[in-house]
Amino acid sequence: MDEKRARHAAEASVDETQKAQAPDIEEALTPEELAAQWEAEAAEPAGPIANLLSSLVVLGLGIAGMVLSVGLGLGTPSEPAAGMWPFIISLIASVMAIAQVIVGRRGGKDGEKFSALSWYAAIGFGTLILMVVLMPVIGFEIPSLLLCFVWMRWLGGERWRSATIYSVLIVLAFYAIFIAALGTTIPRLF
Amino acid sequence: MEFFGPVLDGFNVVLDPTNLLYCLLGVVVGMLIGVLPGLGPAATIAILLPMTYGVEPVTAIIMLAGIFYGAQYGGTITSVLLRLPGEASSVVTVFDGYVMAKQGRAGAALGIAAIGSFFGATISIIGLTFLAPLVASFALDFGPPEYTALAMLGILLVATISGGTKIKAIIAAAVGLFLATIGRDGFTGAERFTFGNLSLADGIDFVPIAMGLFGVGEILYNLEERHRAANAPVKVSNVWPKRKDIKEASGAIGRGSVLGFFLGILPGGGATIASLASYAMEKKTAKDPSRFGKGAIEGVAGPESANNAAATSSFIPLLTLGIPANATMAIIFGALLIQGITPGPQLISNDPQLFWGVVNSMYIGNILLLIMSIPLIGVFVRILRVRAAILAPITALITMLGAYTIRNSMFDVLLVVLFGAIGYLMKKFGFEPGPLVLAFVLGSLLESNLRRSLLVLEGDPTGFFTRPISATLLVLFVVVAVWPIIKSAIDKRKNSSLAATVAENKVKENA
Repeated sequence: MDEKRARHAAEASVDETQKAQAPDIEEALTPEELAAQWEAEAAEPAGPIANLLSSLVVLGLGIAGMVLSVGLGLGTPSEPAAGMWPFIISLIASVMAIAQVIVGRRGGKDGEKFSALSWYAAIGFGTLILMVVLMPVIGFEIPSLLLCFVWMRWLGGERWRSATIYSVLIVLAFYAIFIAALGTTIPRLF
Repeated sequence: MEFFGPVLDGFNVVLDPTNLLYCLLGVVVGMLIGVLPGLGPAATIAILLPMTYGVEPVTAIIMLAGIFYGAQYGGTITSVLLRLPGEASSVVTVFDGYVMAKQGRAGAALGIAAIGSFFGATISIIGLTFLAPLVASFALDFGPPEYTALAMLGILLVATISGGTKIKAIIAAAVGLFLATIGRDGFTGAERFTFGNLSLADGIDFVPIAMGLFGVGEILYNLEERHRAANAPVKVSNVWPKRKDIKEASGAIGRGSVLGFFLGILPGGGATIASLASYAMEKKTAKDPSRFGKGAIEGVAGPESANNAAATSSFIPLLTLGIPANATMAIIFGALLIQGITPGPQLISNDPQLFWGVVNSMYIGNILLLIMSIPLIGVFVRILRVRAAILAPITALITMLGAYTIRNSMFDVLLVVLFGAIGYLMKKFGFEPGPLVLAFVLGSLLESNLRRSLLVLEGDPTGFFTRPISATLLVLFVVVAVWPIIKSAIDKRKNSSLAATVAENKVKENA
């Protein structure tokens, strides 16, 4: 989290210095320079191992799909049975997965490497799951408040005070809209 | 007058107060998400799908359409002021728009973009009014083989044109088609891939897939991406462009509008490609191409007109053929299906109120957007200062609570979150969610038409080539499938210009 806040701060100070010296420092402005800058800022591609893994997952799913489809019966072209179409799709997916293993063996330019910041997405996912678990038990208010606070304070780098105030305001607004105004049956505590 | 009767009736539909209100709501939301980097129109429309349950079909589609074309207006603002494209379709606007802002001409750039957008959209609505009935009447004769070929071509085009590698996009499409087969088979009654689970017997619902893959997937992705806090300029002065600006830009607006209209119709086309093509065209036709990238007003006017024209005309394939041209249209297709309406050639004659109501609402929506983009621009510029950290939990809560309200089911919410994780992982591993959702929506249509065709053709696949339209479409299919291989061979010989390729990469990143 500290790393992120540091980055925020660094960016802010850079922006300020840029503002102060705006006439002196020429920003990259031509399409080519801008393009190069975007290129440098872009995340690193996922790489060969990710490519191999994801292709193998697809291949596995494709083979499973073919086996299950055969189990449903393929029929003949003039009288296709239930398994014919899923079999064709699974076959296409499997062939494409094998092709991707070969084409992407050096990694390619697609996808993104996981970084330390990917934990943010994982934590975000965790809070969403927690909300799904807690909502039927204690209503939506407390889980929503927690979700807002965690996302603002730790995932978003807000200060304690603003995170608290905004979280409370947001939950109140949602209560007003979903419960008071729309009268939905979302599980609630109050 | 026979033709104009239903068209005029459509205005009655639009002027209904509820519809007007939803139109306003749609364009305001569209403009907002266009301004805020992060969520795109596809994600927003997916998140707001639960809102469409309680309202009339025409009202729902008017709102969703408003979000889509409203986002095209809003995306311009961040491109010009902050050099951060709000939407993929506004990436090229950065090149000249930001330079204009640096030169103190931000107002002129935003003003001309708004006027160009309005002009492009209006031309496109008029074109849609005349072209859509023609396309629909042509498609009325389509039989199962033609539909099979058309759906296959549509999916392939979207898969090959979207960002990322083509092979991965085709894999995503195949997964979408496979997911669509889960449930009871309509022909034999056999249960497919349900593993005895009763809730799977009716198949997987479209809404949790769209809300998860597009909505939650993008929200999780943005948590990690963290769009930098924007340092929005407090004031934008004088958004009215000068007479000289309008004169300089008028040619670009006209060319961009026409180009955008035609590119929007093509499956797989749409706003992003139209804006890129228009920028290239303006640079090529300009007397002095070196001005581009240094604040040429045509470089803003052309692409902005083109992306709005294309956003509007991309409704043609959806509403006349029942084939969505891009991921956003696929979600609107899904929204129509939820309402019990199957878009296709019969839509105009069977449900003229819906068709002309939606089309004519775009005139009103664009007038509202023009008002918001010129006199009210200051309000939207101020919104830029709302921090992403505060917006993220709001969008997450809207999604979670919205998903619950569809059927009052916690299981749906869980599905949305799980599909969200899949959507996030797909993005990380380079698989676009767009082709998956599109293929999922078209899956059952494609399968049933394929099987009907095989019955008609007595199991002989070569029969597809004995019918002129399906033969043409399938030849096109083969050309599109083989073209990337040929193109990469050509590309290896000559290197394309740096700006073009990197702009393309940026587009993919934003898509």
